[in-house]
Amino acid sequence: MAKAEVAFVPLSQHQTLWLVSAAIGVLLPLAPYLPYWLDTLAGLALFTRGWLLYRRFSLPPGWLINLVALAGMAGVGLHYHTLFGKDPDVALLALFLALKLFEMRSRRDAYVAILLQFFLILSQFFYTQSLLTGATMLITVLLVVSSMAALNRDDQTVRQQLRVAARLLLQAIPFMLALFIFFPRVAGPLWGLPADAYGGMTGLADSMAPGSISQLTLSDAIAFRVRFEGPVPARHALYWRGPVMNDFDGQTWRIDRTPLLEHLPYRVDGATVGYEVTLEPHNRYWLFALEMPATIAPEGVFSADFQMFARGPVRTRIRYSLRSSLEQRTGLDETAETLDRARRLPPDINPRARELARELRIGPGGRRRSDASVAAALLARYREQPFVYTLTPPLLGHDSVDQFLFDTRRGFCEHYASSFVFVMRAAGIPARVVTGYQGGEINPVDGYLLVRQLDAHAWAEIWLQGRGWQRVDPTAAIAPNRVEENLAAVIPASEPLPLLSRPEMDWLRQARFRWEAISNRWNQWVLGYDTQRQLGLMRALGMNDPDWRSLASILAILCGGLTLAFAGWALRQWHRPDPVQAQWQRFSKKLAAYKLSRHPWEGSRDYSRRVRAGIPGRDGEIEAICTLYEALRYGRLAGAGQLAELRQRINDFRP
Amino acid sequence: MSLRERLRQRFFIWALRGRPPEPSPVLLTQRRVYVLPTRPGLAFGISLIIMLIGAINYSLSLGHGLVFLLAGLGISTILATFRNLVHLRIEPGHAEPVFAGDPALFGLILRNTRDTGRPQLRVWAGDGPPIVVDIPGNDSIEALLPVDTRRRGWLSLPRVTLETVYPLGLIRTWAYAAPAQRCLIYPAPAAEAPPLPTGNGDQQGRLRQNKGNDDFIGLRNHQAGESLQHVAWKAAARQPDAPLLAKQFGGESALSLYFDWDALPPDLDVEQRLSILVRWICDAHRAGMAWGLRMPPLQLEPDSGDAHFHRSLKILALHGQS
Repeated sequence: MAKAEVAFVPLSQHQTLWLVSAAIGVLLPLAPYLPYWLDTLAGLALFTRGWLLYRRFSLPPGWLINLVALAGMAGVGLHYHTLFGKDPDVALLALFLALKLFEMRSRRDAYVAILLQFFLILSQFFYTQSLLTGATMLITVLLVVSSMAALNRDDQTVRQQLRVAARLLLQAIPFMLALFIFFPRVAGPLWGLPADAYGGMTGLADSMAPGSISQLTLSDAIAFRVRFEGPVPARHALYWRGPVMNDFDGQTWRIDRTPLLEHLPYRVDGATVGYEVTLEPHNRYWLFALEMPATIAPEGVFSADFQMFARGPVRTRIRYSLRSSLEQRTGLDETAETLDRARRLPPDINPRARELARELRIGPGGRRRSDASVAAALLARYREQPFVYTLTPPLLGHDSVDQFLFDTRRGFCEHYASSFVFVMRAAGIPARVVTGYQGGEINPVDGYLLVRQLDAHAWAEIWLQGRGWQRVDPTAAIAPNRVEENLAAVIPASEPLPLLSRPEMDWLRQARFRWEAISNRWNQWVLGYDTQRQLGLMRALGMNDPDWRSLASILAILCGGLTLAFAGWALRQWHRPDPVQAQWQRFSKKLAAYKLSRHPWEGSRDYSRRVRAGIPGRDGEIEAICTLYEALRYGRLAGAGQLAELRQRINDFRP
Repeated sequence: MSLRERLRQRFFIWALRGRPPEPSPVLLTQRRVYVLPTRPGLAFGISLIIMLIGAINYSLSLGHGLVFLLAGLGISTILATFRNLVHLRIEPGHAEPVFAGDPALFGLILRNTRDTGRPQLRVWAGDGPPIVVDIPGNDSIEALLPVDTRRRGWLSLPRVTLETVYPLGLIRTWAYAAPAQRCLIYPAPAAEAPPLPTGNGDQQGRLRQNKGNDDFIGLRNHQAGESLQHVAWKAAARQPDAPLLAKQFGGESALSLYFDWDALPPDLDVEQRLSILVRWICDAHRAGMAWGLRMPPLQLEPDSGDAHFHRSLKILALHGQS
């Protein structure tokens, strides 16, 4: 129908420079997540492109670019052992963008590069979605949009082009907010995700091998955040139950296969506390709960050894509300099979520990001690003998429990829990290792309890006749501060501790609290804005029964209203008449009293003649006004000065 | 006329709200400005859908944010592109006569009554090549739209298309206008014509006593467009501030040309005759000679100068077209 496509116009240096800088802006935040060789290749390519542009050299031949592209693809394939999946595809997109800049022959090529850039900005969110990433996104989008503006108008300065893009983006933000809040959220994923979708998440493992690690690396990454309905319980009660290790092969404790339950296996007694956990993704099944849960999270199931599991690996930040009973009695009528399994030990290892178990059974006067007394005697032994709590314990060999209990006596929670449970089992008392987190830190800024990876802990659970399962924390016996305060209170300053956990870094910690409170807001309301949050917000806004239909209609009304408002603003000169025409009409109105108003069909010359005839002796004034009007209306060189003069002359004209 | 062609015509008539030409000035109201995505705009939209699916699938909340921001950008660029064209005033400007075969340049005054500029408007008439104009705020620009010419006579300005994809190239807004404007097309001068009829009273021309260039008679004011050969340069050098004077010649042998329609060879058709006459007039004009023209029933007395040149050519251009 019409010539929609512009004839071939090569991109100018300025336009290409915009595209190259936008590509740098897009690729830079992605660099930490790409293979280092690809970073180098892309950096080199962009540098070369910029240099060629600066020196106005011609582009390398197409076959060379294709060759580099093929080599890069082969490199990606070798690096990831596949070309399909999240990471290799992001790497390929980055490669294509860097090389596409060498193939900028027309507007079409430029738009391909721009769309690639948008996809790459999106792909950055696979790796990080922090507040900082959000801010970076705005800057890179501004760059890319400016390069689009430059593509469509080449005669502007960089500042002007940035301003055009910024104005468009500012107008886009109300739409973004409306869509973000009201666009009906669909819980993903829509289909199976590639296997590598969730790499690089940290959390508790499903096994524990005391003595195999000589230095515990402490991360202050947040494991989960908790908001309590009431006051936060005392610190020593904050045992966050995670994987329960029941199976020992002499070196490693592992979780056991346990039946899953739909209901709690005990009757809740005592007062309960309510709280909401926001769990960071850790790519495993556990949901952490304060011991012992009084409810099961809607998205979880319960096991016979009181672990709570999600129905799938936790791969996104999730929120769940729970109640827990801190004084809960459990396992009063535990099955014989479970108790048997909780006494099982591999034969022939740790003979000295077994001997210790026999000795502990014999109380003063040769009487056989009760199970509870045996446990108390072992805890007393930890206290009385020179056991040291350290994060850098020596490595342990074959009889690891023996070595720890009688030789090295240095270790952290895993060593204590493991050795305690071993001796208990050797004494015939049902016992198991429980891992999870202990304690946490209250952020004074927003009141959330922050539980970090360095709060990871292991303790023991023994079963006593008539009392059921009882939590015993042998670490508390040797280092009570670990439980009462935090890790920093236990570890001597010479040992490695995260900088921010050190007491002298108080001001830095305050700053971090503030930042983490902001991040938490961001996580809760931006990143964690899901179907439930959305429906909750709609109810808070007064909707009775929100569903996607009502959301869609709100959205339609909002976007329509916004569009109308913007359109009205954009076209606001609808009824503003031409200023020259307005003055001309004013002139005609002044003359209306003399029956000399202008006829609609009358040209300025004829009108001037008629007025001069009607009001004799004023030829000069009338002539000047009409000439000015003509100059303004039809002349090519009309300016604001002439308009002012016309206004003045009409003001002064008194017929 | 094929069905498709007919539909197109119907569309233009509908789009122009009435048959062209329209009264001036033409105001591009919002009802006659159309908006559709360009190819990059379509690709942008499809990309947004793919990105939204990706963001949902991987539960990327910031991904939702990015897609929604870009969707908002799409809406704001629609408005910006629409605003770039809407409420533009179009008035016909000048159109200098041209010879058939040369492109006619239709002047179109584009008036921007808004404070903000309207950059990157592409304007073309009919099938002519587009020209790109930037109109500053509260200003007007005369766009000269080239139109191919083939036939002599009045040429009406074909349908004018105004289009812009500014600022992002994702959206195209366009409008049609058909302001009443015409351009006179002179017949094309013949490439090969008989020599100027300067003979002594032969059939091809007539010898008349007139202001020829033989004997010097006196001086008169020089008129723009007259041959510089006759300027009295010596007199001009003596009085640099005085108007230029031209020498006047007269005498028995002063020749004047008379181009007579009926004197042309009878085997030529109308258009051939016209182009020969045009060619003669052009040659005579270039040489600074005076000529007369007889086109029954019209007759022009011999004269020279630009006005006479155009008057003569206009008679030829409109011959038989009343």
